[in-house]
Amino acid sequence: MVRNRKLYEAIIQFLIRVCGYSAVLFVAAIFIFLLQAGLPALVEIAPSSLLGLRWYPITTQYGLLPLLYGSFIITFGAAIFSIPFGIATAVFIAEVAPRWMREVLKPFVEILAGLPSVVLGFLGYLVLAPLIRTTLNLPTGLTALTGSILLAAMALPTIVSVAEDALDAVPKSYRDGALALGATKWQTIWRVTLPAARSGVLTAVMLGVGRAIGETMAVMMVTGNAAQIRWDGLFYPARTMTATIAAEMGEVASGDVHYRVLFLIAIILFLITFIVNLIASSMLIRAKKRAERMLS
Amino acid sequence: MRVSRTVTQRIAFALLTAIMALTVLAILAIITYIFWNGLPAISLEFLSAMPSNGMREGGIWPAIVGTVILTIGTAVIAVPIGLLAAIYLSEYASDSPFTRTIRIAIVNLSGIPSVVYGLFGLALFVLFLGFGSSILASCLTLAIMTLPVIISTAEEALRSVPQSFRVVSISMGGTRWQTIWRIVLPQALPGILTGVILGLERAAGETAPILFTGAAFFLPQLPQSIFDETMALPYHLFVISTQVPGMPVQLQYGTALVLLIFVLAMNLIATFIRSYFRRKRQW
Repeated sequence: MVRNRKLYEAIIQFLIRVCGYSAVLFVAAIFIFLLQAGLPALVEIAPSSLLGLRWYPITTQYGLLPLLYGSFIITFGAAIFSIPFGIATAVFIAEVAPRWMREVLKPFVEILAGLPSVVLGFLGYLVLAPLIRTTLNLPTGLTALTGSILLAAMALPTIVSVAEDALDAVPKSYRDGALALGATKWQTIWRVTLPAARSGVLTAVMLGVGRAIGETMAVMMVTGNAAQIRWDGLFYPARTMTATIAAEMGEVASGDVHYRVLFLIAIILFLITFIVNLIASSMLIRAKKRAERMLS
Repeated sequence: MRVSRTVTQRIAFALLTAIMALTVLAILAIITYIFWNGLPAISLEFLSAMPSNGMREGGIWPAIVGTVILTIGTAVIAVPIGLLAAIYLSEYASDSPFTRTIRIAIVNLSGIPSVVYGLFGLALFVLFLGFGSSILASCLTLAIMTLPVIISTAEEALRSVPQSFRVVSISMGGTRWQTIWRIVLPQALPGILTGVILGLERAAGETAPILFTGAAFFLPQLPQSIFDETMALPYHLFVISTQVPGMPVQLQYGTALVLLIFVLAMNLIATFIRSYFRRKRQW
């Protein structure tokens, strides 16, 4: 009886340990499978083609630059909209709103995080794109800008919740000190609370923008998907790396050159988000350590 | 001329309030707009009939069933693994470099783009393991994607259980696992449940991970086994709003509304559980 229980415990603890390690295992597995399917593309396609300015898989032109540019400009646009909105919303919730309002607003903003990206893409396609075409007088409403606005909406809840946590973690004595010296509430927020929480706020921005780079469906539906590089690209159709994978993977045979390039793009995406998240999480850990030091 | 600081404060707060109001209004507008345009399409037939005439008529029954199956399947795979991983992190792991590696892996897992998960699922489950484009492959892909959400929220819930609970249980002669199973887990259950539902909510609305792993454009019948493909609400909405010419707009809004209600309901349940048990909690 006692032996049975011991055995049972040992099995459970073994399972717990294995599952505990699973996250590392999955990240490694994802990276290995992407590498295995994507790396051969570097050998099979001439570097001059990969670094070219044209993405025409039909004529075996696999220039990745326009796709990188598309992802970059749409993410850039999303950052412009979502950073001020996200930080302002977080400041409002953490510092200005009364307690009851905070309890309502936090879950409300979280709704945005739960909205499926196809639903936002669908609305963007039917409502936002025509609006942008007529107000800006453009030939088409399916532009990088349209994608940026949708992505900003999707990045917002991440920015708000992480930044709000960071503001919340600033010790109350900081605010009390500033107020006691005669600062107004706003001066306290602007000169004391926000600077004290800056690494957390920066992390929030990175995580939000990192999410935006990887968004797929909404972007594919509203950005027109034309691979091109131009200085005023925000107002014209663009093609992101994610949309390229989603749109073309269905049509290629596995093991094909085209198939391998799509995996190569996935490797690039994986590395970008990996680095962004690595920096963001190490910043969070450091901020936490510093907060502990300040409080002790 | 210097602007008085009370005026600056008034301007700043007005700006903050305006931005907050704009955010709230935008969210409300999105939801009302879909309800307003989608409600007329909702009928018993729309919810329970197969699509017909190239999906331009009939209902979305197989897509609803598909999304329910995918969500349940994802939960069956992700919840046990995620829960055990959270138990490991909160009850067993010490603060070693290896534990830190696990944490970094979890953060990175949550940041990987959904379409990259789709490719991984295609390479590992569909091709390498030979599951084919199937419900099984889709659920496995979605489960790995959901895992970081479940692990981090469950760990937080487990950690919030006071240490004294564990100490008392161990001192009464309980083993480590008995303490976790009978004392810590029940106390942390509401928090865990909230995290699980929020994770599944994301899985239910995702399109990119199932795009190449098991989502079907159109199926004349419901899937018969876990090795069949299935239709799903998010992919169906994508298909009928961009791939089918001459699609009645009302059916598109109707599909968007059903999907929206599906995820909003999960969101509401999660929020409710969280606030209800937070108020009831005695420690």
